[in-house]
Order: sequence, then C-alpha cells, then structure tokens
Amino acid sequence: MPPPPALEIRGLVKTYGEATVVDHLDLDVAPGAVTALLGPNGAGKTTTIECCEGLRSPDGGSVRILGLDPVRDARELRPRVGVMLQDGGLPGSARAHDVLAHVSKMYARPRDVAGLAERLGIDTFARTQVRRLSGGQRQRLALACAVVGRPDLVILDEPSAGMDPQSRRAVWDLVRELRADGATLLLTTHLMDEAADLADHVVVMDHGKVIAAGTPDELTSVEGDSVVSIEARGPLDPTSLRGYLHRLAPGDWAVHHVEGHRYTVTGAVNPRSLAAIGTWAAEHGVLLTSISLGRRTLEDVFLDLTGRSLR
Amino acid sequence: MTATTGAAPRTARLRAQAGFEVRAVLRNGEQLMVTLLLPALLLVGLVRTDVVSLTTDGATTVDFVTPGVLALAVLGASFTSQAIATAFDRRNGVLRMLATTPLGRRGLLAGKVLGVLGVELVQVVVLGAVALWLGWSPDPAGIATAVLALVLGTAAFTALALVVAGTLRPEGVLALANILLVVLVVAGGVIVPADQLPGVAADLAQLLPSAALGDALRAALTHGAFPVGELTLLTGWAAALWALATRVFRWS
Repeated sequence: MPPPPALEIRGLVKTYGEATVVDHLDLDVAPGAVTALLGPNGAGKTTTIECCEGLRSPDGGSVRILGLDPVRDARELRPRVGVMLQDGGLPGSARAHDVLAHVSKMYARPRDVAGLAERLGIDTFARTQVRRLSGGQRQRLALACAVVGRPDLVILDEPSAGMDPQSRRAVWDLVRELRADGATLLLTTHLMDEAADLADHVVVMDHGKVIAAGTPDELTSVEGDSVVSIEARGPLDPTSLRGYLHRLAPGDWAVHHVEGHRYTVTGAVNPRSLAAIGTWAAEHGVLLTSISLGRRTLEDVFLDLTGRSLR
Repeated sequence: MTATTGAAPRTARLRAQAGFEVRAVLRNGEQLMVTLLLPALLLVGLVRTDVVSLTTDGATTVDFVTPGVLALAVLGASFTSQAIATAFDRRNGVLRMLATTPLGRRGLLAGKVLGVLGVELVQVVVLGAVALWLGWSPDPAGIATAVLALVLGTAAFTALALVVAGTLRPEGVLALANILLVVLVVAGGVIVPADQLPGVAADLAQLLPSAALGDALRAALTHGAFPVGELTLLTGWAAALWALATRVFRWS
C-alpha cells in the first residue's frame, strides 16, 4: 500500500465574484517528493496553494494537509508547514538578517540561521534593509524563512522567479537537499526547466483545472512522437503545413507558433516527413533558417494541451 | 522528523514579535518623530515658551501639559505609527507570511499590541524624564489610574489603527493617520481639555476617545482623581473599535 499523500485536494473550488479560479481540482502530493504545479499566470496555482496554507477558505471541495484541515487545524500545522509566498511577505524596513532571525524564533528547534544565511548567500546582504534588496535576494530570504523551522512540508510559490542563474542553482540545491532529508515539497512555477529538472512529479494546470500529471519523463515521452523545431526567414502558415503533412502521412500532426518565426511540428516524425517539411517550404517560397529534431519538452506538452505558449 | 519539529513556546513567540515591532519603530526616523520627538518638542515648547497660552485651572503649566503630551504620545504610537506600519505590512504580504508561521494571526495581533505597549513604556520613561526635569510633580495617587487610562486608550487607538490599516491603501492610511493625529491634537481634547474648546467643538470633542484619554490622564495625574466617566467612555470606544476591527480588517 502506498503511503498516504502529504497533501490531498479533492474537488477544490474557489471563486472570486463571477470568476471560477479553481475549478473542481484534484491533487495528490506524494510524501518525500518534489511536486511542481506548472501553469501560466492566472491558471489558479497561487489560489490553490493559498487554500493549502490556510490563507484562503475553499468555496467547495476539501483540502487535507498531512492528514489535517488547513484552517481548522492551523495551529498544529503551522510549525510543520513552511511557506514562501509569491510576494515574499517580508517587512520592508527590517534588515535581511533580522527578518530571518526573527522568523526562526517562532520555532522550537530552528535551523542554524548563520549556516542557512551562508548557504543562500544571504550573509552578503545581511545588514541591508529588505526594501533595498533585489528581487532575487528577496526570494532567497523568503525561501530561508520558509525552511528555517525544519518543516515537514514546504510550499513554495514561484521560488526562483526573478533570480539570476547562480541564485537559482543555490535554490534548486537546497530543494534537493530538503527532499533528501525527507521533506515534502510543493512548488509552483511557470518555468519548464525548473519543473523538468527539479520535480519528481509535475502537475500541469490551466484555467483552474489539472490538465496533465505525471513524472517529467511520462509527460514528455509519447510513443513514436517527436518534435521538430523550425525557424523561417518570414512567417509561415501552420494550417497549410499541417494539412500538407497530414496528406502525406495521415496522423496526429500539430504545428504551433512559438514566437517570432519559430514553430514546432509534433507528430510521427521520420526521415520522410522531415523531408516533406523541406518540400512544403520550397513549394511555398519559405526559407527555413533552422531545422532541428528533438524530444518533446514540457513546453511542447503544454502547447499540445492548451494550444498556447506558457509565457 | 515530526518529533523534532514544533513551535517555540507561545510566550517566546509573543516576546519575539513584540520586540521586533518595538525595534522597527525605534529604528525608523519618521516613526521616532511621531512617537518621541514631536511630543517632546511640544512638551518643552508649551512649558518654556508663551507661544500658546493655556488656561491651566490653577495647576502649573508643566503639570497641566504633561498628561496631554502623554496622551499625544499614546495616540502617535498606538494609532498613527501602528496604522502606517500595519498598512504597509499588509500590502507587502508580511501579515500573511507571519500568519503562516507558528505565530499565527492572533499571535501577530497580540505581538503588535504588546509592541505598542513596549514603545509606550519608552515614551513614558523619556517624556516623563523630560517633564520631571521641567518641574513636573504628578500626583502619586493617580499613577495607577493613569496606567489604566493608557492601557484603555492604547486598546481603543490600536483598534482604530487596525480598522484604517485593514481597509485602506497604505498611501491613504499615511495621509489619514497623520491628519487625524493633528486634528485630534488640536481639536480632540488631547492637549487642550475638551471643555476649553470653542462652541460646539467642546460638546463634540467630549465624546471622542482622544478627549477621554487626555482628560482622564489630566484628572489622574494632576488631581489624583479616578475619572469614572472618561474611563467608561474609553472602555466603550475600545470595545466598539475592536468589534469593528474584527469585522472589517482584511489580511491581504
């Protein structure tokens, strides 16, 4: 029998006025693993996790955190759940180190503040007021506050937004270490590589619903499918290319516009269909400046599922 | 792992939050001005100069002015300073973040009230020292009553601060909290007793918590009296404003 989920959401509904932000959402977060909630801005990710943090009351459905109710059992849960809010929630006039030291005092056996500050590079701006910190520095401080109490469950809302690559690596290393120590992590992100590299389990969300879930491998490997990324000198007509490929090799072809003059072609790619893309381009006077063959990425999965780019 | 995690004891959490709040005020220039510098300047100015002539009802000027200045200080710390700090903390998500730690929402509120009382302790020590240096001789019989009035006034004005900070945008709170402080000081019976105000202002001011606090402190510290009416009014205001605050305060 698998262990009970660290976090269990059933039929969660949250509405703001007319808008249904979370729409009958089901979600399980496995204990001791990293689960990424992936989706574009406005997908309902933050609202979902705020219901888990006890900051919002659901309009329908149920949420269980470590087997408890996030609102009714808040007092029992607060020491066990570490939270990093999207806006950080840090007092602007206080110094960085003082904030971390202050939050650590709320816990019976906090992590060593100096050690944690050094790990996340907070020691380099320890005496700077929060309002003078860069976005990435604030994120690191907020993350430190979320984990300083040695929580069993860590909920991170967009943990590496606005961070430089080096800070991001420090954050990812810490997340992996927390997992190795037995903590459960739930994070939201709209960064594909963050979800792919960091998460054991990815839940793709859009319009308040889960539209796909699985390990990054499960999500990206569809039997027989691969992706061709092409770039043209000018715009091209995706519908025309799709129709051409479909006539040549009937099947599930998809052509998506990525950005600029870049497109992705998804389907049963083989030498013949690859050549057909070139032929179509020649017939339509389109000059292809780049053509490359690859495995599906989470971004392709998202494009296929929603027809939209994540950015 | 569960066995080793847990919250710090409640008293430790509250002490930490109260200390954090007090340090935030004492390290902030504008907050220091409202809570300490302004009352101290007013105290010295009113006692040592004749810019404003006061009817002191037979008391010495310093004995008459000091209770009002203490009321002003309480107003600055529990209302103006607290409203502005809480409004910005609310916008920056600080209230939500701290509510997710073992401190919780109640602990956060309790910590804020204790923090205000901590700032007021500093105010009473500093302003009291300045007043004593200026020749203040408070009636010892009224000190306990004065402390009660300070606590009730703090409750009323902290609740008012939360009402304002929990409903308006920080910019609005910044303006309102400062304007209201000035209006209450000039026409709210804080320094000048309500019954000395001209015309209808006197009747109106007498109903305000600011006048109840000012008049209660003057009665207690100058005459050693126990002003039942003012203390009752202050209790009523505190109860009503807390009821309102719990109703309208929004955490985000």
